Amino acid sequence: MSKSNKIDLIVGGKRLDGRDFFEVREIEMKVNVVNNADGSAMVRFGNTTAIAAVYGPRLLLPKFLQEEKAVLRCRYNMTPFSTDERKTPGHDRRSIELSKVIKSALEPAIFLEDFPKTRIDVFIDIVQADGSTRVASINAASLALAMAGIPMRDLVVACTAGKINGCLVLDLNGKEDNFGEADLSFAMMYSKNRVTLLQTDGEFSYEEIEILIKELKKACEKIYEMQKSTLKDYYQKYVE
Amino acid sequence: MSSEYLLKLLRNGKREDGRGLNEFRKISFKTGIIKKAEGSAVVNFGNTSVIAGVKLDVGEPFSDSPNEGILIVNAEFSPIAAPFFEPGPPDENAIELARIVDRGIRGSNLIDFEKLCIKEGEKVWIVYIDIHTINNDGNLIDVSFLASILALKTTLMPKYEGKIIREEKVDKLPLRNYFPINISTYKAENILFIDPSLKESNLAEACLSICIRDDDKINSVQKIGSGSFSFEEIEKIFNLTKTKAREIRNLLSSSYIS
Repeated sequence: MSKSNKIDLIVGGKRLDGRDFFEVREIEMKVNVVNNADGSAMVRFGNTTAIAAVYGPRLLLPKFLQEEKAVLRCRYNMTPFSTDERKTPGHDRRSIELSKVIKSALEPAIFLEDFPKTRIDVFIDIVQADGSTRVASINAASLALAMAGIPMRDLVVACTAGKINGCLVLDLNGKEDNFGEADLSFAMMYSKNRVTLLQTDGEFSYEEIEILIKELKKACEKIYEMQKSTLKDYYQKYVE
Repeated sequence: MSSEYLLKLLRNGKREDGRGLNEFRKISFKTGIIKKAEGSAVVNFGNTSVIAGVKLDVGEPFSDSPNEGILIVNAEFSPIAAPFFEPGPPDENAIELARIVDRGIRGSNLIDFEKLCIKEGEKVWIVYIDIHTINNDGNLIDVSFLASILALKTTLMPKYEGKIIREEKVDKLPLRNYFPINISTYKAENILFIDPSLKESNLAEACLSICIRDDDKINSVQKIGSGSFSFEEIEKIFNLTKTKAREIRNLLSSSYIS
């Protein structure tokens, strides 16, 4: 979202939160954070926190039934207290679109054809929002799906990038998202080398997008390793 | 025509109507069709037909942009346009389409929002673009985007003297000299193609929808659908988008508008 009232987002060659251009914020991952769910996870990028819970495969209302595969439903939801100005509760146009985009980022990874006539529900709550909420959601949802034992081709790993004060950077925080020139959301199945989400807003040249995709791939490798070790660590205790 | 047959054609680089994979259907348009609207256009790609109407209103600016006008894009998949479109509030597809058009227009900087300020912090022009499907035979995003741009380019501003006097048009909408175009590339079985018919779009597992300006700047990208893309495919699609957008611009400049 390009805004005309410019503010300095880069001071002395660093970003406002002290990061280098291609540095990702501190990331925290936890699995099994919602006891009732079949699988759940929390992912935090700085002050952006997403909690994802997966329920299913479970029965589907007949009118939505698909004979040949499971129906994936995603709901992205921001809590009213997650933002500077209180967010009116409920589904707005933005969250409806983001739910769809998140679904289309996760869907390529799931063997939906293994569960005909059922649905798999992925519910995501943003409890703190400081930019890049959709990619935090995807990372959390991917872990939650794995925890639910849903067969997947790969974990889906996601990160954002953007252009702020003319500089290309990774992992936008809220201020950079609001006052930067452009942003890009990206997700991939890392070991399959397949892109499952590519979404931009604002003005980029193709060359800039190319550079960012290269950097995003590097960042995704690290996030992917974190996802894997988070899952491994969780199950380690059952092995010992 | 069965989907098996259509797929077979695609595998051989062909389409049911004899087109190549990267060819548009016949494109036609007409502007100024809705007299009550401040700007309007109908655009047809083959049998797909979409009307975009621009209405202007005066209201309060957003607090974070007190000296800028406002753009609101809305899309309605009217039940007249397809047997599976249901009456009711816009579904996720209509909302996504409206938001893609919104981002493309905003990202392209086509509208000079500061010139839409009447009194800073108090009164600004609100530009409403309403997209209305008439017949859905695929590729709704690209057709809707073009209809919206043509409607904007032919919008005339009414007089404002404390209230809007719609009968008196005083000026064109303040636009910069850009012509953003949206091109959606669809993929089925690793075959890339543009401007699908409805049946062809039902075969596609994924789509990359890109808005690109005259100077080849990218204004919005949206990946849609349950499939994924390789990095090579993404590069190919960006290059294709560039040439296809130019083709549409050339086609339209011969029948000059704006």
